[in-house]
Amino acid sequence: MKHLLSTADLSRAEAIHILDVAEEMAEVNTREVRKLPALRGKTVVNLFFEDSTRTRISFEAAAKRLSADVLNFAAKGSSVSKGESLKDTVQTLGAMGIDGIVMRHGASGAPRVLADADWIDVPVVNAGDGTHEHPTQALLDAFTMRRRLHGAGSRGQGLDGVRVLIVGDVLHSRVARSNAWLLRTLGASVTFAAPPTLLPATTTPFGAAVHHDLDVALAEDPDVVMTLRIQQERMNDAFFPNPREYTRHWGLTASRFARLDERTLIMHPGPMNRGLEIAGVAADDPRSTVVEQVENGVSVRMAVLYLALTGSEPNAATKETVA
Amino acid sequence: MPSGEAGKEVGVGTRTVLQHPDITRALTRIAHEILEANHGASDLVLLGIPTRGAVLAERLDRILSDIEPEWTSEPADGATPGRSHRVGTLDVTMHRDDLGHGIGRAPHRTTIPASGIDGKVVVLVDDVLYSGRTVRAALDALQGIGRPRAVRLAVLVDRGHRELPIRADHVGKNLPTASDERVTLRLTETDGTDEVVIEQSETQSETQSGTQRDGGTA
Repeated sequence: MKHLLSTADLSRAEAIHILDVAEEMAEVNTREVRKLPALRGKTVVNLFFEDSTRTRISFEAAAKRLSADVLNFAAKGSSVSKGESLKDTVQTLGAMGIDGIVMRHGASGAPRVLADADWIDVPVVNAGDGTHEHPTQALLDAFTMRRRLHGAGSRGQGLDGVRVLIVGDVLHSRVARSNAWLLRTLGASVTFAAPPTLLPATTTPFGAAVHHDLDVALAEDPDVVMTLRIQQERMNDAFFPNPREYTRHWGLTASRFARLDERTLIMHPGPMNRGLEIAGVAADDPRSTVVEQVENGVSVRMAVLYLALTGSEPNAATKETVA
Repeated sequence: MPSGEAGKEVGVGTRTVLQHPDITRALTRIAHEILEANHGASDLVLLGIPTRGAVLAERLDRILSDIEPEWTSEPADGATPGRSHRVGTLDVTMHRDDLGHGIGRAPHRTTIPASGIDGKVVVLVDDVLYSGRTVRAALDALQGIGRPRAVRLAVLVDRGHRELPIRADHVGKNLPTASDERVTLRLTETDGTDEVVIEQSETQSETQSGTQRDGGTA
């Protein structure tokens, strides 16, 4: 694996391999000494052009547990706000000697541009690009599901036959896209439940089925219900009349939660708007994996950084995402 | 030393030097040596280095269960029945000194016995001792897990050409080799057959297991 840009590029074997490596990383995270020397002497740049606390800290923790040095670059207050181009920013960083880039950018496809360009020849990991993809979030979601469903026997397993319902703002959600592709690759089936205004204008977006009524979708008894965050910063159009109406129709309310099967997993990529898309009682229930998702995020990102920074052939002049 | 190993020429540049009975005899002797050096089984923990070292550790576990009552008698805290609570695996991938040199290495499982390794005598088990770099990585990996009272090293084959000041405490077979030769251990559990072969290191695949077996010699 040279870059990780999109879950759509991953084969089933590659995806399972990443999850299996993450299992070993998770085992390390239970030890007293939670540090491995695998990336000692390497420098990873967190290149964040968009605000993020959770993802950046998760990547930072992952890189540090692998003994890499981490440089944090936030566009705010940097030369980017003075008008520097991506190319110049990256070449400046490259001149300082770096071994990998973790990139979040507001423009969909920006990490791909960086990976394909000859500005710098280091692995690029997409940490969220515009409304396109957030592959490590999908990997940690899949990892969390697999652990809950298979426990200690997770290694080598896919998610065959698992029915996942993703609820909410699919239109703006890179988490929904990355998950839809990855989960289907792993054998799960994905259904979206969302108002038409928050869905892409196709009948089967990213190969998923669509429901326009959450109660009908929940009545199908899904194995996993993943609620998406209502991204206030992207609600710049009349997508729904007001938050209370959204909650009434599309929120995982206490009464909807009470009707779910005892084994249904509740997932949320965070940060949660409690009371808007998810009720507090659902978020705090043992069936909720919200805290595990954060914990597993570090393990999965350790696996991705490890594979990207040590796994590729040197000077492999390839535009393939997975070498 | 085990006797009766075959020096049989199988193909051009390929020699089978140990076969199933030789491997079993060597492991049995190593098991006795481990007990003798430790004056019994107290505080002993075996950690096999994946993949073949882990298989050898499990075989040693079975031999020790047969020859030493104390080996299995201690209460197994949280151990699964039928499997010794004294055997684990230690993956050294993350501690190697050749990471990032173009070899994509997938990590294996590390499983530590429930009693941990603090204050124990850890016997590292590996298949072939060569440069010593794997053992160095293993010692490094142990540091992240605990502080054993002592660490010993048991290997089935010592082929020489050390690059680090490391030696084995228990050796199944010393095999003088040239550095352009390749020593391959195959085990029934992983490769379908038990043998140690020396090959000229052209482009022979060690995954083509058992293809050159054509009957044993005494």
